[in-house]
Amino acid sequence: MRNPRVGWALLSPTLVILLIFGFAPFLYVLFVGFNQWNVFSAADGLVFNGLDNFRRLVFDDDFLHSVGLTARFAIFAIGSEVVLGFVLAQMLTRDFPGRSLFRIIHTFPLMVAPIAVGAIWRLLVIPGFGPVPFFLDRWLDLTYQIGTYPDQALMTSVLMDIWHWTPFVTLTMLAGLSSIPREPVEQAKVDGANRLQVFWYVTLPFLRPVLLTTIFIRIMDAIRTVDEVWMLAGGGPGTRFTGIYIWRVVFPRTDYGYGSSISLITLYLTIVLCWLLFIAISGRRKGEVE
Amino acid sequence: MSRTQRQRAWGYFGAYAFWIFMTLLTLIPIWWMLVVSMRTRVELFGRPNLMLSRIYLENYSNVLTDSTFQRYMTNSLVVSTANALLVMILALLATYALSRYKLAGRDNIFFWLITNRMAPPAAFLLPLYIMFTRTFRIGNWTLFDTQLGLILLYCVFNLPFAIWLLKGVVDGIPIELDDAAMIDGAGLWGVLRHVIIPLAAPGLAVTGILSWIFAWNEYLFAANLTSVVARTITTALAEFVTVTGTNWGELAAMSMVTLVPSAIIVIFAQRYIVMGLTFGAVKE
Repeated sequence: MRNPRVGWALLSPTLVILLIFGFAPFLYVLFVGFNQWNVFSAADGLVFNGLDNFRRLVFDDDFLHSVGLTARFAIFAIGSEVVLGFVLAQMLTRDFPGRSLFRIIHTFPLMVAPIAVGAIWRLLVIPGFGPVPFFLDRWLDLTYQIGTYPDQALMTSVLMDIWHWTPFVTLTMLAGLSSIPREPVEQAKVDGANRLQVFWYVTLPFLRPVLLTTIFIRIMDAIRTVDEVWMLAGGGPGTRFTGIYIWRVVFPRTDYGYGSSISLITLYLTIVLCWLLFIAISGRRKGEVE
Repeated sequence: MSRTQRQRAWGYFGAYAFWIFMTLLTLIPIWWMLVVSMRTRVELFGRPNLMLSRIYLENYSNVLTDSTFQRYMTNSLVVSTANALLVMILALLATYALSRYKLAGRDNIFFWLITNRMAPPAAFLLPLYIMFTRTFRIGNWTLFDTQLGLILLYCVFNLPFAIWLLKGVVDGIPIELDDAAMIDGAGLWGVLRHVIIPLAAPGLAVTGILSWIFAWNEYLFAANLTSVVARTITTALAEFVTVTGTNWGELAAMSMVTLVPSAIIVIFAQRYIVMGLTFGAVKE
């Protein structure tokens, strides 16, 4: 009754657009990644150099440093967003006066363009007229300068990301929480489970797919973050995440070959990480085999 | 007051204190931007004053009366709206295909679609630039610096997200409903129009809204693949940060202006956003 050809026809516009604007550039980057191509080098144009770029990046301290920073950024930011988002969503499931107002206010940051988020936070922390360094210095006697202290810059990026993306996590969690059936929760309570046990044994398993999907999306987006962090700190110390490092290699240094190979490795690492999560989300896969 | 009543009162008090605290945290950065947008350059320096001392609108009038700004704004509106509509249509068709037809390698196709969103943008700008300036060329016309170019390109990060969101929604619609409609003589379009679209409406709405917002907010591609004609509003924001010093007042004013359309959408579509963001969690 359902002819697969019709299915392919329905899928084809999507496939065509993604093949042209997603896959073709990928093939190009793949090709360039195995070449030396630097406007400033003696050789003109592309010179095939096999795996040299990849050998180089294994020993590139700047690259490894950027991976470490990105990992710290993603773990701190996403970890906090998930916990905070869950708490907020849990509180929003209860009915109380003013609930929808709080929800709308809380959704605002999600709608701000990343580049504007970067601008907003830069206005907050800029030395000279930003209120954050001023009050930290005055009340806590703390010198706060994201241009000078890498750790402060990293933590500011993390806070900015939390501010921007917690609403997204809250919304997906809220959707997930409201789809949990009531009976198992009530039943667990009747059986004498305390709040923690209800959360651990009933709520969490139901929430698992939504939770993992949310984490998946956040990881995917956090790794490729460029605009907002760039706007905040201009690629200063402590914020040289992989996305920004690639930018610096490709544009000011015009080292296209090397930049492409870093992109490929980053993309590869992201895909592996996300594939594992994807399998965890599908979950049933394992059950089918057994 | 009995003990439980007192406990409940404290619970309410705690919840409200928490919400007010969260609201302050959420709004202070935006409030500060509003304050900055209403100050002159000189007023900004010195002791930071979080209060709004006076209503000074010159930054806004400078930005809003600028013809370049108006063009950027129009471009952004056209590109985001067209992209959101295109993404909604394509994603619905693709999702329906992935959900209802036994296609070879269905799960792998689905995962591949998503990986399109993962690419770190910087290195991919070069092939896209070549593609936009040389590959797609008819006479003097190229895809570079056109609204069409951005509309198509934004599908690369919006379609994967949209398909993922809608997949759960369409999977949740019982296939028996399709079959029933087909027995009643509905063709493919009939099924889509009378069964899938009405039932998937909240999901479609949230897909459209989020795609619109992602397109509206996009910066890197717009900044590098347009030059004069098709530039969007986010590229203008970055242009305020110049070597000779940043005009923070106008930057803040323009950021406030870019917030408006998204804020309107959020307020009016709030209900759909929560209903639609389930990623397939709803199983009746």
